[in-house]
Amino acid sequence: MVDDAATGPNARGDRDYAVEVRGLTKSYGGVRAVTGIDFHIARGEVFALLGPNGAGKTTTVEILEGFRRRDGGDVSVLGYDPGHPHSQLHDLLGIVLQSSAVDPYLTVEEMIGMFAHFFPHPRPVGEVIELVGLSEKRSSRVVKLSGGQQRRLDVAIALAGDPELLFLDEPTTGFDPSARRGAWEVVKNLAALGKTVLLTTHYMDEAQYLADRVAVIAAGRIVAEGTPATIGGRDQARPRVRFRVPAGTRPPAELAAETTTAGIITFATDDITRALHTLTTWAIDRGVVIEGLEILRPSLEDIYLELTGEAAGDSSQPVGSVAGEAG
Amino acid sequence: MKAVKLTLWQIRYTNKAYWRNPAAAFFTFAFPLMFLVIFTSLLGHGHIDLGGRRTDLSTYYVAAMASFAVISASYVNMGIGVTFQRESGILKRIEGSPLPGPAYLTARVVHSMLMSVLLVVITAAFGWGFYRAAIPSGKSLVFFLVMLVIGSASFCALGLAITVPIPNAESSAAIVNATILPLLFLSGVFIPIGDHAPAWIQWVGRIFPVRHFADGLQAGFVGTTFHWSDVLIVGVWGAVGLLLAARFFSWEPRA
Repeated sequence: MVDDAATGPNARGDRDYAVEVRGLTKSYGGVRAVTGIDFHIARGEVFALLGPNGAGKTTTVEILEGFRRRDGGDVSVLGYDPGHPHSQLHDLLGIVLQSSAVDPYLTVEEMIGMFAHFFPHPRPVGEVIELVGLSEKRSSRVVKLSGGQQRRLDVAIALAGDPELLFLDEPTTGFDPSARRGAWEVVKNLAALGKTVLLTTHYMDEAQYLADRVAVIAAGRIVAEGTPATIGGRDQARPRVRFRVPAGTRPPAELAAETTTAGIITFATDDITRALHTLTTWAIDRGVVIEGLEILRPSLEDIYLELTGEAAGDSSQPVGSVAGEAG
Repeated sequence: MKAVKLTLWQIRYTNKAYWRNPAAAFFTFAFPLMFLVIFTSLLGHGHIDLGGRRTDLSTYYVAAMASFAVISASYVNMGIGVTFQRESGILKRIEGSPLPGPAYLTARVVHSMLMSVLLVVITAAFGWGFYRAAIPSGKSLVFFLVMLVIGSASFCALGLAITVPIPNAESSAAIVNATILPLLFLSGVFIPIGDHAPAWIQWVGRIFPVRHFADGLQAGFVGTTFHWSDVLIVGVWGAVGLLLAARFFSWEPRA
């Protein structure tokens, strides 16, 4: 309030980035929760921080939101340093906390209207209600809403001030599959409005469906970053072909196929078109029936388990049973 | 200026939520009148000597229940209500919005003070209608209003301070009541304390703010001497509560 010049957006922050994080560290009583994180989020981008519980997702997000002070590193949120609270920054942020935070005795409309009033340029309440699909519940008291509806109200409240940047901390944890789909559509709508979104999640499918870019965080650091399709070298991994043939038949030697248990044959290839041609030509010529033919690529989940498992292996902070399953 | 406007706006929402919480509204509004009826039926026949003035016991209880109502609407309501809002994450959410956190709490305090005034009006009207109790007027009305405003503000501040040691929503009612109920008894709000009461009880009354506050309101109803020292002591307690709350108050859930 006193020194507006010093609190305004700084000149060195890149205007194209909504969020820039460099060398971020944070410890709680000697336990290192975040151990040197770097990432940036472009304006208009949906960015997902993906990681298991206790990986440091919420700590990172709460530092960006201004709830926690960082120990070290540089952080810029819309050109402001969230370590020094500014009301101007709060005007531009929409925050959905990890747990629902709504007043049970107010109605949906009142709750959104109350928060809208705090902001200089609020979005019309009716429009926000429409956006999150709560039109039929607009006059219902919060206490009457289902868990999924309360979560959507959380998102609606975060949208009330028409923010530039939205933080969604595990927005669909505890949802049933149809509620999750509904919430995803809400986030897709936000992306269509050009909002920048920072999403944390431990659901692979959520990150894959919603995010333009994903960073996998494990044991307090980022172990991989990229688009959902390319992260962890996913797009470069050789596809594997898997099928069954009657006992006693051997596929062409040039495919270097190996027989695994129960008569299932697999091989890896760099040229899937040619390999399939070789395989099917061989089968037709010999009159062999190929069953259960599949082409497999590593899923985001495979990559995630591999990455978070590796991180857990060389860290003092175990990430649970993930390490054992990754191998 | 913006903060003042936002605070005034916020009072409307505090008020809406308040009346829709049946438990809170019932306890603050029904209890004082219910207790007034019970106490006057059980103990309210006869007279009591207050500062050399012979006073109907029923009038004594009208004044005492007005004090009780204010303390419920301020200290108890703030202590329990704010803890619930803290634990539900609403305070954290406010802290992450452009509304300054203190403005949000100020709205709650102002609302509690308005409820206190309303409760005193209701109690006084009830006492006047059913027990022919006097209503503060003239010069004593001015003293009475000063004590009412300072008192309800101070008990709100103490209610904010008591949230600091409360670890979770479930224990809030127990802790708030455990801190106030013994004091209400030891300060003569439920049972008159005569000059022959044990010295330690007299000292409890002198040290803590409840008896000073009750004496101040009583002066307005009964016409006993009004002591500015009562206002001062209540105000000092309120200021200490405010300082403690400002220093240690938590905006985030503890549990």
